[in-house]
Amino acid sequence: MALSADESGRLGELLTSRAEQVTQRWTEIIAGQLRGRLSQAELVRQVQELHRALVDALGKGEVDLNAEEATELRAVLADLSRGQARQGFSATETATGVFALKEALLQTLETDQSAATLRDYVAFSALIDQMGLFTFESFVRTRESLIADQAEQLLELSTPVVKLWEGVVAVPLVGTLDSARAQVVMERLLQTLVDTGSPYAIIDITGVPAVDTQVAQHILKTVVAARLMGADCIISGIRPQIAQTIVALGIEFGDIATKASLADALRHVLRLTGVETSRRQPRRES
Amino acid sequence: MERVPILKIGDILLVSIQVDMSDETAVALQEDLAERIVATGCHGVIIDITALDIVDSFVGRMLSTIASISRVLDAETVVVGMRPAVAITLVELGLSLNGIRTALNVERGMELIAIDRADDDHHEEWDDGPVAGATASP
Amino acid sequence: MTNGVDLGRPQAQTVGSDEDVVRVRQLVRTVAVAVRLSLVDQTKVVTAASELARNTLVYGGGGTVEVTAIDNGRRPGIKIVFVDSGPGIADLDLALTDGYTTGGGLGLGLSGARRLVDEFDIQTASGQGTRITITKWSR
Repeated sequence: MALSADESGRLGELLTSRAEQVTQRWTEIIAGQLRGRLSQAELVRQVQELHRALVDALGKGEVDLNAEEATELRAVLADLSRGQARQGFSATETATGVFALKEALLQTLETDQSAATLRDYVAFSALIDQMGLFTFESFVRTRESLIADQAEQLLELSTPVVKLWEGVVAVPLVGTLDSARAQVVMERLLQTLVDTGSPYAIIDITGVPAVDTQVAQHILKTVVAARLMGADCIISGIRPQIAQTIVALGIEFGDIATKASLADALRHVLRLTGVETSRRQPRRES
Repeated sequence: MERVPILKIGDILLVSIQVDMSDETAVALQEDLAERIVATGCHGVIIDITALDIVDSFVGRMLSTIASISRVLDAETVVVGMRPAVAITLVELGLSLNGIRTALNVERGMELIAIDRADDDHHEEWDDGPVAGATASP
Repeated sequence: MTNGVDLGRPQAQTVGSDEDVVRVRQLVRTVAVAVRLSLVDQTKVVTAASELARNTLVYGGGGTVEVTAIDNGRRPGIKIVFVDSGPGIADLDLALTDGYTTGGGLGLGLSGARRLVDEFDIQTASGQGTRITITKWSR
């Protein structure tokens, strides 16, 4: 896939001597694809930067995109795709921006026909393909890290641990519990027990649509870990379907306290700790 | 070899493990503690493991053994201050620390022992059945 | 402590005594922190290392532990190799069963350690020593 020293010399020469023509055509093609979603000035800057990096790399003789000599070129490409990924361009748009150089080159080459031209064009084309694929990969990587960041933020948001009473904390779980989230919940809950010195925790699963073996295991492990630390867990809000699944899956909840609602669970804990609770009697008018 | 200090506070022996214990140190603590329980006649032992960043099966077994020994010597053991990460790891490891009572911190541990002693006194006064207090698990 | 560890290369620690097991724990902790394992994962891998280093000492009659910071291109991790030239393990399946022990322990060393890490590989035969490799990746 590498360009020989000869070929890169010729391509470098071509890109330098016809710099204006190539970059202009290149810019035009991209602008046509993006339909004004990137400002002209920004686009020109990007194309010129890429052009300069490419010429620099070609000036070092043999060119292989994966070699050390092309570090600068790779950095420019990566930068470009990062920017486009963040601005919401598609992967295709980002990669075809690089592929557009082929078309621009072809038009330039057509003006001076010679026997070597076709072979050169194929070689150049291979390099540009490599650049395009590299852009694509950088783009995907950027997107992946964006998604990972967002998932993490979501995880933070979706697992609040609240203090219900002196010595009682609760985690109201809402939404699907996967393994990663269950783990975060578990750690956060246990840490809160330590921080607040609360010997009771209520795990409320009213908002959890389904429980599979793995999730049930995570909840059970949390309860056991809490016990090891000297705290008791109560599970509340088990819906009828979930109760059926738990029994059907043969999961043993053993001696773990379960209550129908968060309120019941809190009342249960308060009774254990000796706090008096009573329904308020309707006040009689005298 | 380092030795873990044992403090006497009222009717309670307090062991605060501050070092990364070698197995030898753990075994020595087990022996020292049994001697101190007998020598002082204390009825409660609190082992504070707040500073321990791991508890492996050896230390886990030591804690179980201490609890069993002290129970034989009529003292209640409470392990306090286990870190969340340690607890999660122990669960994954499959170590359940059977027969060990736990509390979140030293203060709660002391409360637990106090409640226990109160119950015990109560039983000794009013219960003359032969099974009183024979419910200790291994 | 084992500060100033060069993470670029594997760190070796011989296991010949009780104190060496403590040193293995500290070395593993240092590398685990350096490859940015979460606190829980640090605790898990250090605990696993403690179990396996003790096995190396008690059953293998001593040996070496090698700790390496690794990277698979997507995320960093820690790899630990325990090698001894002891009697080896005759029945591996049995040794990996919860509660099975020949040394008077709780029988959770091998099976428990396996649950605490992401990858667990064991090579052993009767009379040929034992080589255990564990890996834990950062999330």
